[in-house]
Amino acid sequence: MKSIKFLLVGIVFGTIMYKAQLVSWFRIYEMFRFESFHMYGVIGSAVGLGIIYVQLIKRFKIKSIEGQAIEIAPKEKGFARYILGGTIFGLGWALAGACPGPMYVLVGTGAFSILIVIAAAMLGTFVYGLVMKKLPH
Amino acid sequence: MEFILQPWPWYVAGPIIATIMFILTYFGKNFGMSSNLRTMCTIGGAGKFSNFFKFDWKSQQWNLIVLLGAVIGGFLASHFLTNDPTVDLNPKTIASLQEMGFENPGSTYVPAELYGLEAVMSLKGLLILIIGGFLVGFGSRYAGGCTSGHAISGLSNLQIPSLIAVIGFFIGGLIMTHLILPFIF
Repeated sequence: MKSIKFLLVGIVFGTIMYKAQLVSWFRIYEMFRFESFHMYGVIGSAVGLGIIYVQLIKRFKIKSIEGQAIEIAPKEKGFARYILGGTIFGLGWALAGACPGPMYVLVGTGAFSILIVIAAAMLGTFVYGLVMKKLPH
Repeated sequence: MEFILQPWPWYVAGPIIATIMFILTYFGKNFGMSSNLRTMCTIGGAGKFSNFFKFDWKSQQWNLIVLLGAVIGGFLASHFLTNDPTVDLNPKTIASLQEMGFENPGSTYVPAELYGLEAVMSLKGLLILIIGGFLVGFGSRYAGGCTSGHAISGLSNLQIPSLIAVIGFFIGGLIMTHLILPFIF
């Protein structure tokens, strides 16, 4: 039963991603050409409200559903991994038009060619695991 | 009902996405989709090749369930909550796509030039999907997160590393869209 709540969160996520067209290759192309406000509005309003949520959690020391203190781990400091990894990710995002959440949403829509992208993304993650020690972080 | 069947505006989508992050945080978890790729590698036995994949994947089971929900959500939204899957693009975007040889940009949810059967059956089409997916998988793990982990969760927590990663996302995206895609198509 514990799993049901995560399934529901996923269903809402998949629905919103599809309905707001955030998993459409076309919208991502349009975004990178700065020809639509849509994606910026989505990310901007999500981050705006997200900042408020995080501040509320921290100021009021909101406890988790299991009664424990919520700790939001800070990201590790660094530069190279974020700028290089980010750029590599961006190249793939704009080429395939899908990032790691939307890929699965597209499976549900019946665009099964996305399974190739998912398999390739797993391969990319695997290769990162093999070569990570040789990369600047 | 008509409102639901239409594409949902940004001011509906953005706040719901932030709320999803909040709910997952309240559940004692975090909002980050790309970690699932690592988990799936671990389940597939990647721990034999790199310590990076040696972790108790059951601790990430909840995230795989979120993914399963995302598949179901995509199914429900596309089959029952949408009567017109076309994407209403900026005329300038349509013109630039037509210049690259895309037929009827936006008339389908994803372009047939990338995801249609004919494209997938061609070597070029197949390579585009494989290279695109590979870069997403490699890059998100190298950067330690993707759009959900850095752009939404990280920026909401005012993390400088996430801001650097998001700048990277845009450098890569702009290079692909403006310099590489016109060469490919």
